[in-house]
Amino acid sequence: MNGIDAAIPVAGESTLNRWTDERVASGRRWRNRLMAGFMGAALAVSVSVVGLILLYVVKAGLGAMSWEFLTQPPPYSYRLEGGGFVNGLIGTAIMLVFATVVSAPMGVMAAVYLAEYGGKGTLAKLIRFFSDVMTGVPSVFVGLFVYTALVTSFGFGASMGAIALTIIMLPIIIRSSEEMLRLVPRDLKDASHALGASKSQTIVRVVLPSAAPGISTGVMLAVARAAGETAPLILTILGAQAIVTKLWDEAIAALPLQIFDGARNPFAAGVERAWAGALELVVIVLAFTLLARLLASRSRI
Amino acid sequence: MLAGLLVLLFLAGMVFSTTRTALPIFREAGLSFFTSTDWQPTAGHYGALAFIYGTVVTSAIALVVGVPLSLGVALFLTEISPRRIRGPLTYLVDLLAMVPSVVYGLWGILFLLPHFLQPVAVFLNRYLGFIPFFRGPVSGLSYFGAGIVLAVMIIPIVSSLSREVFSAVPVEDRHAAYALGATRWEMIRGAVLSRGRAGVVGAVMLGMGRAFGETIAVALLIGSRPEVSVSFLQPGYSMAAVIANTFQEANGSGIAALVAIGVVLFVITIIVNMVARALVWRFVR
Amino acid sequence: MVAAGSAVADDVLLKRPAADLLGARPLPPGLHPPSSLGDPRMPEVEPQEVERPGRSEQEIVFSLANLGVTYGKSLALTGVTMDIYKHQITAIIGPSGCGKSTLIRCLNRMNDLIPGAAVTGSAFYHGEDLYGPRVDPVVVRRHIGMVFQRPNPFPKSIYDNVAFGPRINGFKGDLDELVERCLRQAALWDEVKNSLRKSALALSGGQQQRLCIARAIAVEPDVILMDEPASALDPISTTKIEDLMQELKEHYSIVIVTHNMQQAARMSDKTAFLYTEVDQGTSERWGILVEYDATGVMFTKPCDKRTEDYISGRFG
Repeated sequence: MNGIDAAIPVAGESTLNRWTDERVASGRRWRNRLMAGFMGAALAVSVSVVGLILLYVVKAGLGAMSWEFLTQPPPYSYRLEGGGFVNGLIGTAIMLVFATVVSAPMGVMAAVYLAEYGGKGTLAKLIRFFSDVMTGVPSVFVGLFVYTALVTSFGFGASMGAIALTIIMLPIIIRSSEEMLRLVPRDLKDASHALGASKSQTIVRVVLPSAAPGISTGVMLAVARAAGETAPLILTILGAQAIVTKLWDEAIAALPLQIFDGARNPFAAGVERAWAGALELVVIVLAFTLLARLLASRSRI
Repeated sequence: MLAGLLVLLFLAGMVFSTTRTALPIFREAGLSFFTSTDWQPTAGHYGALAFIYGTVVTSAIALVVGVPLSLGVALFLTEISPRRIRGPLTYLVDLLAMVPSVVYGLWGILFLLPHFLQPVAVFLNRYLGFIPFFRGPVSGLSYFGAGIVLAVMIIPIVSSLSREVFSAVPVEDRHAAYALGATRWEMIRGAVLSRGRAGVVGAVMLGMGRAFGETIAVALLIGSRPEVSVSFLQPGYSMAAVIANTFQEANGSGIAALVAIGVVLFVITIIVNMVARALVWRFVR
Repeated sequence: MVAAGSAVADDVLLKRPAADLLGARPLPPGLHPPSSLGDPRMPEVEPQEVERPGRSEQEIVFSLANLGVTYGKSLALTGVTMDIYKHQITAIIGPSGCGKSTLIRCLNRMNDLIPGAAVTGSAFYHGEDLYGPRVDPVVVRRHIGMVFQRPNPFPKSIYDNVAFGPRINGFKGDLDELVERCLRQAALWDEVKNSLRKSALALSGGQQQRLCIARAIAVEPDVILMDEPASALDPISTTKIEDLMQELKEHYSIVIVTHNMQQAARMSDKTAFLYTEVDQGTSERWGILVEYDATGVMFTKPCDKRTEDYISGRFG
């Protein structure tokens, strides 16, 4: 080996080993590649699961989709073919509208408090922490709460479902809106104050408008999340076969609930409808998600 | 402007009103609520052990399968993937979070069960059947099936939080490891994982909270049998699933008993969540 | 503001006794003989077996020719031609933004880690192209250690910090002994010998930086690169680091980036002065090597006006 080295006419280098010949130990190299391979595989698995779910929902859903499905309520038995989930769609729409109308302003107000007034105070910290914790409360428990506190007195109904969804959406809206409000630059607020605006005027006329796209993004994501909630609805609206538009004291249907019932009962016709319903629900959820992204990309704070 | 107080109010209300309903059950059942598997609310037997066991087992399976996948995804996105494809890939993985759990359940029972869960369960039983966890008879609807679907469901939350944690690791740490002649994996282990450990634990615990509370997908896949079995390949039940599945038929003390299960579930998840949030917060902020 | 164009810089470089600076030119990359009869699995201790003969005064470690770096489309550094010698301290000085850090990061291929960074020209290390096709940057960095501007110990114990490099490199031997030796060499042993298991983050900034030096020498490198190692430290810690460097020089070749002129004057054997050039039209700026010589010469009779201005300006 020395002979070979010596044959290389590099001035002043004859005593040195050729470091370029040195290699990272094969075990280390191998492990490095293995782990990178594992990470790639993990990603591939996750992405292909997304693909498989969407693909299958679209495939099976389109097969069962029809005009009738979109416009008719289901037949009285899971065995029977035909019919659709229009009553569930109506129920879901009613509850989402009410839940959004209530939770969005409340959530934004809470976020304004956290971002502009509460600061680093103990109360603000507490609210922030528990909003985070509340996003982790199992949704079925929210249903139990609404049931024990309200349904036992007022009966099942759309309003109860809407309250449950409100509780689920609220913390999501609070936290995302707060992030957005914090992104509003100081200069903007200072400029408004310098023009003699009061703090509340500044918030209403400067801060909120400039954070509006971001806030709507959070609201849309919360709606998307609520649209797919099933467990709390079992405990608050119970489900129904007919079209119901009454808000109080009458059990009502919801799209996810009908999918759940279809999946639970082993009759081909019911399962068919469940797939079509799943497609409908996924389209709704993704529509809100896309809307959220669109708003987010518009937002230029 | 104190609308924020509402959150605290809701939480307090939740605790109060559910506990009030559940209290008679706890009083009547006593400790047997946690130690007995005899669940016949109409007859006054309130043993919820099978449900608690099912929740723990399915969540454990979900963590064992889901956490390595999630960390792999997070590390790939922060450390390996070229910047250009990072955004779209992240979006795809986050889509997993947008799929409603009822759709997971439907997909799990009608697609994953025949095409994946059943064959894998049979395989595990055939070659690892000597381990009690994989003893037969094999049922597709089982702790295992529910656990696998849960694993998929926790991927978006665990991976997105760990991603935040990993990106918060200072670039100096990475360079320090590289400058010592570390390969990329050695750099990840030495710098990224060791610096981010607390944050990752928090992320995993949040995933655990999600798995504990997940209702619909588990209700569809776990098999709905209120018994304790050591084998993962047999049907069981979980706390959230029993509430969703039997609520519509329950009445009186049956409902109160379900509320009692809900309270136990709530207490567990809230503790897990508080610890997790505290860990993640400390790290990311 | 700076009127001097690149023509002046070229001129200056030409005026220097080029042969003396550049030394023996290595083979161009294309002419490497197909060498790998040497066993690639040779034990990694080989570098230590190299003698350190007295004539090393003129032995060349790095030989840079027309080295440049671009980040994406913008030029960061260009036209650096210099030789760096064994067992010397070579200081790189210059105003901020002149590419000092960029230059030093070329020497152990840390620039590879920055997306979009590309190196032009050539950099030879012991006569071999650092950027050659067969070169593994991981191997390069094991031979050429680095200490960073801000102390960056891992959030592990003091012991584990020093042991990190040896462990990943499959060190077999007395790890305790190695850790102690490295900590002694880094003049940190007496301060930490009773708390080796404590977190490194509990140390003071100066101690952390010496720990980083101990960590760097634990993989037994040939060269240590230091990127403003004392800029985040108080004067006492700085003195300690400087004393330490004088001792380390016995065993290692050291390249140090500093913006502290006194430090360069006090410690280094050779000094390179980098400066920022500005394109008047686009106002893009990049670094060039203005002058490179023995430290004594640089600080007493620099050839270039810009060097003189810079040095005297700072000395007041």
